[in-house]
Amino acid sequence: MGRKLLLEKAHVENIRLYEVYRREGGYRSVEKALKSMSPDQVTDEVKKSGLRGRGGAGFPTGMKWGFLAKPAGVPRYLVVNADESEPGTFKDRYLMEFIPHLLIEGMITSSYALGSNNSYIYIRGEYAWIVDILEQAIAEARQHGWLGKNILGSGFDCEIHVQRGAGAYICGEETALLESLEGKRGNPRIKPPFPAVKGLWDCPTVVNNVETITAVVPILNDGGEEYAKIGIGKSTGTKLISACGNINKPGVYEIDMTISVEEFIYSDEYCGGIPNGRKLKACIPGGSSVPILPANLLLKTAKGETRMMTYESLADGGFTSGSMMGSGGFIVLDDRQCVVRHTYTLARFYRHESCGQCSPCREGTGWMEKILWNIETGKGKMSDIDLLWDIQRKIEGNTICPLGDAAAWPVAAAIRHFRDEFEWHVNFPQEAQTRNFGLAHYADALELTV
Amino acid sequence: MPVQFSDTTLAEVKKLVARYPDGKHKSALLPVLHLAQDEFGGWLSLETLDYVASVLNLSPIEVYEVATFYSMYNLKPVGKNVFEVCQTGPCMLNGSDEIIAYIREKLGIGPGQTTADGLFTLKTVECLGACGYAPMMQMGKHYREHLTREKVDQIIAESRK
Ligand SMILES: Cc1cc2nc3c(=O)[nH]c(=O)nc-3n(C[C@H](O)[C@H](O)[C@H](O)COP(=O)(O)O)c2cc1C
Ligand code: SF4
Ligand code: FES
Repeated sequence: MGRKLLLEKAHVENIRLYEVYRREGGYRSVEKALKSMSPDQVTDEVKKSGLRGRGGAGFPTGMKWGFLAKPAGVPRYLVVNADESEPGTFKDRYLMEFIPHLLIEGMITSSYALGSNNSYIYIRGEYAWIVDILEQAIAEARQHGWLGKNILGSGFDCEIHVQRGAGAYICGEETALLESLEGKRGNPRIKPPFPAVKGLWDCPTVVNNVETITAVVPILNDGGEEYAKIGIGKSTGTKLISACGNINKPGVYEIDMTISVEEFIYSDEYCGGIPNGRKLKACIPGGSSVPILPANLLLKTAKGETRMMTYESLADGGFTSGSMMGSGGFIVLDDRQCVVRHTYTLARFYRHESCGQCSPCREGTGWMEKILWNIETGKGKMSDIDLLWDIQRKIEGNTICPLGDAAAWPVAAAIRHFRDEFEWHVNFPQEAQTRNFGLAHYADALELTV
Repeated sequence: MPVQFSDTTLAEVKKLVARYPDGKHKSALLPVLHLAQDEFGGWLSLETLDYVASVLNLSPIEVYEVATFYSMYNLKPVGKNVFEVCQTGPCMLNGSDEIIAYIREKLGIGPGQTTADGLFTLKTVECLGACGYAPMMQMGKHYREHLTREKVDQIIAESRK
């Protein structure tokens, strides 16, 4: 069994309620921070922990906090990103739904470190029932003196507000999120200035993912050095993985970053293997934006090493033969699935979610969707595959925000690793309507060890 | 009848505005549009948008801009029950295409349409963060997950009551 830091208590009966959460050791990190540490000491612990942002980019959290500008007389803000809309990702929902006080506790401690007296949770609009759960937890925390004025006699004031979005993936991008929180359309801002200098209402702001902020609780309780001992290299601590697609046990798992991808997919502690005796075809290991990998490259790197569930190992091989940890949205495709069709749904998703500010993204996403639909439905030409490749290359790196890249990468990886499947659709349009391509070229390459 | 929030909703709006610093009341726009949609029949008419602008002391264009950007705001009337079925990749891997086809057949409408009796609207939507519990749909404030044909039958029967 791997170490559990976030979900250890998630199944204690009634852990949603303050009394139970507190009895189980909740809010100790706030006591420790406010009674015995300065804000900078809290930030130092986070730096020592090696914690990396869990929202997708993996940026070191302590360093981000260190960049926060602190001009005198100007308020600073902590904004928690609970927009969670990257296909395949449903881990923040799990944390907020089942152990909401962990987020509130992490936010109070983090707000103290950053000097934020009003902190916001920006939650995707569809998670409407979770808003009620969070409001309840906030009310309980306030009632017991963990929020409000002069918390624990420390002189520190803090309030937490929940803001509901209204259906827009782009509002997960931090500057679009801030625009939305200001009551505007979710159009990403041109950076710099970065939020650390000019964020919410032009004030210095830290935007962190839900899971990142909850991880601050065990970091404070056990110390940053203890946290850093878990994992491998720069992948410290535990990570939540939301696993879905064709696996026996879809769900949210907390892993310490020491296990292999193969163990994660096949062991009964995690995904429990592929159902109905099917074979593993491909996987998108970190949410829809990261490159898809065929089974052989997923389980072993191009160098033949065992691929591990760490930031570094998942990225081993770069975009030629690797992928990314991303948001931890782990999507598994079995041998019945069609990569062209799956990629088409993702292209449709990005076209739908493009805010429309930059022409490569606005026009390119729609174009890719159309071409993929044509190939999938037997109306594609061989030259369409090269055209798709060109379009994605022209989007990547040419847009205001990374949604453009996020739309380009899945298409690029699908063509790179599954070109034969695209060509088969063009060559055998009739057949492609009635059956799928199957496993193809790497079918026998797999020798499982578990 | 002119659009008018109830007193409880107006109190709610006041509380929302108080969460932001002075002069930043525009931040209350998204939450207030949610309140308006809930109170005025599940959609936002032009009249409602103008009313929200006046309540928050914003110009109407600021409200239109926002209402047209976000997919959860309905700018046309919807049925009493709105089925928002996810169709993105992870749900597709677990049969969302078949579930959507089944609902279409059962209700006799396509995505974006409302049944003649005004009871049901079908919408296809993109990933709702329930990929591990697919196929799924949103109905009002809640999710219905692990959908099967039987479950769909049951939900439709429940909604007709
Ligand atoms: C299109 C797009 C969507 C994003 N969606 C999310 C999201 O839903 N949740 C999230 O935490 N970060 C999301 N991010 C990343 C945020 O911009 C930001 O990097 C993150 O919230 C920082 O928090 P972290 O350092 O704790 O990971 C998204 C980025 C992009 C470009
Ligand atoms: S890349 Fe796309 S989503 Fe991002 S700002 Fe440009 S148009 Fe908007
Ligand atoms: S893909 Fe349907 S909920 Fe995520």
